[in-house]
Amino acid sequence: MSKPVIATASLAGCFGCHMSVLDIDDRILKLIELVEFNKSPINDIKTFTKQCDIGIIEGGCCNTENIHVLKDFRKNCKILISLGECAIMGGLPAMRNGIPVKECIEEAYLGGPTVGENKEKILPNDEELPIILDKVYPLHEIVKIDYYLPGCPPRADLIWQAVVALVTGDELNIPYELVKFD
Amino acid sequence: MKEKIISIVESNGKTPERLMDILLAVQEEFRCVSDEAVSLIASELGISEADVNQTKTFYHFFTSKPVGKYAVYMNNSATSVMSGMHEVVDEFENQAGIKFGETSPDGLISLDYTACIGMSDQEPAALINSVVFTELSREKVKKIYADMKAGKPVESMFSEYGDGNNADPLVKSMVKSNIRKAWPVCLGEYEVGKGLEKALATDSKSVIEEVKNSDLRGRGGAGFPTGLKWLFCSQEKETPYVMCNADEGEPGTFKDRILLTERTAMIFEGMTIAGYAIGAKEGILYLRYEYRYLKAFVEKVLEDLRSKNLLGKNILGKGFDFDIRVQFGAGAYVCGEESALIESTEGKRGEPRNRPPFPTQRGYNNKPTIINNVETFCSAVKIIENGADWYKKLGTEESSGTKLLSISGDCKLPGVYEVEWGMTIMEMLEMVGAEDVQAVQVSGPSGICVPPAQFDRKIAIEDLPTGGSMIVVGGHRDLLKDIVLNFMEFFEDESCGSCITCRSFNMILRKQIQRVIEGKSIKSDLDNMVAWGEIMKNTSRCGLGQSSANPVFTTIQNFRDLYESMVKDVEFKSDFDIDKAIAESCEYVGRPAKVHE
Repeated sequence: MSKPVIATASLAGCFGCHMSVLDIDDRILKLIELVEFNKSPINDIKTFTKQCDIGIIEGGCCNTENIHVLKDFRKNCKILISLGECAIMGGLPAMRNGIPVKECIEEAYLGGPTVGENKEKILPNDEELPIILDKVYPLHEIVKIDYYLPGCPPRADLIWQAVVALVTGDELNIPYELVKFD
Repeated sequence: MKEKIISIVESNGKTPERLMDILLAVQEEFRCVSDEAVSLIASELGISEADVNQTKTFYHFFTSKPVGKYAVYMNNSATSVMSGMHEVVDEFENQAGIKFGETSPDGLISLDYTACIGMSDQEPAALINSVVFTELSREKVKKIYADMKAGKPVESMFSEYGDGNNADPLVKSMVKSNIRKAWPVCLGEYEVGKGLEKALATDSKSVIEEVKNSDLRGRGGAGFPTGLKWLFCSQEKETPYVMCNADEGEPGTFKDRILLTERTAMIFEGMTIAGYAIGAKEGILYLRYEYRYLKAFVEKVLEDLRSKNLLGKNILGKGFDFDIRVQFGAGAYVCGEESALIESTEGKRGEPRNRPPFPTQRGYNNKPTIINNVETFCSAVKIIENGADWYKKLGTEESSGTKLLSISGDCKLPGVYEVEWGMTIMEMLEMVGAEDVQAVQVSGPSGICVPPAQFDRKIAIEDLPTGGSMIVVGGHRDLLKDIVLNFMEFFEDESCGSCITCRSFNMILRKQIQRVIEGKSIKSDLDNMVAWGEIMKNTSRCGLGQSSANPVFTTIQNFRDLYESMVKDVEFKSDFDIDKAIAESCEYVGRPAKVHE
């Protein structure tokens, strides 16, 4: 039997969850024995080359590209996991959700203290660019999500335990400390 | 303004404990409690503005901006809506030229909603400057508005008064008592002072023993054995307090209103007997603001009792001192919860306390306190008067005595019925003339939605325990929209916000019910609602959050087919609309609102 195939992506996140994946340290060697990686920033495969078993996604959806990638993952993965706070609830980027998108763009490109000179008042409107959504959406509002791994970022041990349990079919054993943060 | 506020504060003993009374007086005088008033009150009482503000902002009837010269508070409970509230609302808006939530520019009229005002048998009803207007219609609203334009005082906008004491010169209200059935306990013959006289002739222990032997249980809904509560409190060292919970806020309940109107002295007699039993010197009647129209009358009854030496110093010459004061609420359902009621009486936000300690150990002013329902005190009077054995002959084996039912909704004879425990729902429906019934909401929103298949269940503590609210839902009603959604909106409004789960899940459940109604839900949402409700139940501090998922729980359980016909049987469904989500940003940056796949 061939090894289960995993794909990962970071949408509107900070890549912190992916860093946490790398925090499994030398267990990454065991992981390679257990699974095969397809589309992922970890191996820099840009597009799906085959049907995958598990898709792990960090970050919520703040623009149309995020939506596109997420739907692509749903199409190509049997199981989808929301990894971390932003994927599950929108996280830090969702702090803009109470502010009209117009004001957010204004702050970012016209009035904000770090804007510098934008005399022509240029706003990003090239058709090649992804379009900013009215607010940041958690993944499960867009597609069906099968599992959620909480944390900011989720601990490496939690990610490890969850992935191993999924691919081996063993019972998931999560010690209290792994999901309790206060 | 300054002089007036100083005099209000001084007439209320210049103590923060009476902040509720101070704020009520300021609100009534100035039609609002402005920031300026808040700082004056704070400096007069020697507390911070934040202390005043936290109490002020908790209650519905305190406002920062002035309400109209005529402040309309329309009841938007389920029974009001069922009786045609929307027509009345529409007419008010037409006449006044403003929407609900607004005040007319000339300051003449303000329109607001409020939760159940205890008039479910004569809806649609509204409070206008704390005067109750019942059975409103488009025609009546037109007349009321014309009277407002003419500057008439609210009291003289009508001349026909209700039955019994509603017509008393101190009440002069159009409210009807609608007593449909009386049994000898609360609504039967009553002679003032007989119970008290008998109690004072024995020792306090025997009084508690008699109440214990009667198996009387709390009539507010929780059903805690009254005698036991009194016993626990009497065993505490410090001088205890007696409190009467007349904050009946459970939508659909109005039986306490009838007792407060027709058996006022009996309530105070019951409190006095309790005071004697536990060794208290002071009692407090916590009366909901919605019944403010009874203020003068209730205070007159207290005066009468004092003049008859049934209250005050050396009662009936037996050396027992006991007096009662009335504390008004200001519009908060959660204050019906006993520890919230205590907080409110102390002048604070009505947030429930952690328990233990229970109020019988540390209640009002941190002293032992018993809090009983209005009906419980009335029942205690008759138990002392006629004996526990007499009382136990009424009702069923496990539920002794009688219960007042407030019956409203789709039936011919809404009103108050005193019945023996043990009546079935079917018998009750026949009694009130209800036909084609799809459900009976027992105990109000926090209770159970009972389907026809269970109409043989008994109204009794061992089967369907209840505080007495019974809303009959006819076959033509939209159960989810008219009942469940209305109840969830109510809980969302009334949650004090202290426990996170109650604060958020009431809103989430309300939104989910809305999605079901709009056809946006899927089957798994039903299981989610139950699971979330379960979390709220297990993680909320007080009865509100512990029972506010009940409208959802009990309807999903008892009307599963109805829900399943309204939800889609698919694995996943998204409400996400990409065109809507990109419209604003595309327009602002100047690019076509088109997504390339």
